[in-house]
Amino acid sequence: MKLTGAEILCETLTRLGVKHIFGYPGGAILPVYDALGKSKLHHILVRHEQGATHMADGYARATGGVGVAMATSGPGATNMVTGIATAMLDSSPVVCITGQVSSKLLGTDAFQEVDITGITMPITKHNVVISKVEDIARTVREAFIIANSGRPGPVLVDITKDAQQATAEFDWEASAPKLPVKRQRNNHDQEEFDRAVELLNSAKRPVILAGRGIILSGAMRAFEQFVHTSNIPVAMTLLGIGCFPASDPLNLGMMGMHGEAWVNNAIQEADLLIAVGMRFDDRVTGDLRVYARNAKKIHIEVDRAEINKNVKVDAAIIGDAGETLAALLPHIHERDHSAWMTHITSSKGDSAVRDIQSLPDSGHLYAAHVINDLWKVTQGNSIVVTDVGQHQMWEAQYYHHNAPRTLITSGGLGTMGFALPAAIGAKMARPDAEVWVVVGDGGFQMTMCELATIVQEKINIKIAIINNGYLGMVRQWQEFFYDKRYVATPLVAPNFAALANSFGIRGECVTARKDVIPTIESARKSEQTVLIDFRVEQEDSVYPMVAAGAALNDMIRRPNNPLVETATEP
Amino acid sequence: MQTIVAYVQNKPGVLNRVASLTRRLAINIDSLTVGPTENVEIARMTICAHTDERGALRLEASLEKLVDVLLAENISDRPMLERDLALIKVAADQQNRPHLMELIKVFRGRVVDVAPESLIVEVSGTVDKIDGLLEVLRPFGVLEMARTGRIAMTRGNDLLRPPAETPAPEATAK
Repeated sequence: MKLTGAEILCETLTRLGVKHIFGYPGGAILPVYDALGKSKLHHILVRHEQGATHMADGYARATGGVGVAMATSGPGATNMVTGIATAMLDSSPVVCITGQVSSKLLGTDAFQEVDITGITMPITKHNVVISKVEDIARTVREAFIIANSGRPGPVLVDITKDAQQATAEFDWEASAPKLPVKRQRNNHDQEEFDRAVELLNSAKRPVILAGRGIILSGAMRAFEQFVHTSNIPVAMTLLGIGCFPASDPLNLGMMGMHGEAWVNNAIQEADLLIAVGMRFDDRVTGDLRVYARNAKKIHIEVDRAEINKNVKVDAAIIGDAGETLAALLPHIHERDHSAWMTHITSSKGDSAVRDIQSLPDSGHLYAAHVINDLWKVTQGNSIVVTDVGQHQMWEAQYYHHNAPRTLITSGGLGTMGFALPAAIGAKMARPDAEVWVVVGDGGFQMTMCELATIVQEKINIKIAIINNGYLGMVRQWQEFFYDKRYVATPLVAPNFAALANSFGIRGECVTARKDVIPTIESARKSEQTVLIDFRVEQEDSVYPMVAAGAALNDMIRRPNNPLVETATEP
Repeated sequence: MQTIVAYVQNKPGVLNRVASLTRRLAINIDSLTVGPTENVEIARMTICAHTDERGALRLEASLEKLVDVLLAENISDRPMLERDLALIKVAADQQNRPHLMELIKVFRGRVVDVAPESLIVEVSGTVDKIDGLLEVLRPFGVLEMARTGRIAMTRGNDLLRPPAETPAPEATAK
């Protein structure tokens, strides 16, 4: 059967199981859009291509499947760059399809021509230009494999307009993927494995560092078994949150720059760290020279390039997290670490006992209140999508996630403007789930144009803007490290509720603590998107804080004021 | 100095990806050579990088993450041969030419072009050997030099072959 390249693309995507494409049309991708109209694929028209990539990313993070974004050549493609880099840093399987000028015009600086494969080379797992119609089906199938195998990541496929327009025989069998045959490394090193087992069975103060690799591997059950057999307490990375229930007594909480104090202290006092699917990012280690100096380290990681990159480890097991944990399990002795746990929990006391709820309601609205209330009302069952900054850290501290893929956030790249579009993607992937956007007033203003996408697609998500009138996290750094010189951080915002109304979205504004829960409850009852503008304390900071480059246990603690560092069960 | 041998897909853009990677890892390349192998679809690279063992390990592992890199291996600590080839144009006149030829002979270089006021030496061997000859020639006046950069191969039974064909499984969106 002869089809145009554009039709072949749509047919290939359909056969690969794609249902949604987030995109924006333009000249060089127009043949594909024409074919899209005749296909069963659901195209979501975004308002900016950055939004398309974040939506595809959110879609991928919510399900574990591949998210697809589409844009035209030139500015359409370059607008995707931030979203692609976001997906790259957080290992998210996204396939971006861009139109390109006709092959005979390549290299001539034609209208809307840009070398997008050159631009995205360092921020994609792989990218490719297709200039022949015959290559479309095979290459797109290969892109899907690359994006979601091993350590996932974004793949960009740039298709010239003439390849979209030309016709070719469409033959699914003949277009089977033909990826280069790579050397299969035998990553199993018995010596390293045995050393890891020995370390695990002899440690007295062990801590597991759990990362996103566990979620990507789908290793939640294997991980839980491993933890409950070894009785080793678990510290989470930001992106690891959800891989192990927050309600489990062995779950200590988040580590790192804004990690809980007892978690960071436990890591610094540990005699063994077992890192699973995490990469010792500078935000979780602090000063490497004094990082967990007394601890031996085991690294379980699928990506060989991460081993010994930041932290020199004593035993490295390269491989899928689930498979590795399952292989280790029979060798692990059931051990009693209750003394160590008691020690950790005792240091938890000084901050955790000051329960957020026992605070007098002075009328002030704190972000921590809002997020903690949101957690209580949703019983921790919502998918929460956050941006980057103070609200993101408060969410990680005060919203307790029990299930994987329920916290979607831009970790590695720290992309402002991620939350709203990523939440749209997550909702398209999980229409059954309740999706909350928790976003700052700064980040929201970066991509708020996607409110129109919500209306056009009749999407039901809930948006909680943590509005403090500042670029809060930057302001916090200015407060701590630049003598409160608030340069370029005070932020004027529109009346968000009125703005929402102008899009046809219900908007609410909350300024007092007593209104938080009723407004959240009322928003949840609505079948449509509701935006709530929470006007919170302007100069509140996230505690504890490890200053960039400081030792992990060298934390700036909250001064004695009415707010607490963490919340406990309601 | 670390020596990494890589087999890559012989197609446009692969060199760019490899170079882009070393730049991203902030590893300085001393020499990078690419040439065809007995299989036309596969090219072989020898990368000599200014880095330590840990850097080389990271480079090697990161290279193998590139789809078009079939294999990358740090062979710095293994018994191996390294060869570099240079063409050196030296100033030479009637008087010093015989003396010059003597020196070149000691280094097993070959004179491949003779002109009234210069000659071209072709010399291959280890980097040290070529650097040695260069030092000796410098007083005569080195007018021009071209070097290929190093190629390397492990000795004996230590074979570094590109991997054989095996099909990959397919993924879907869900």
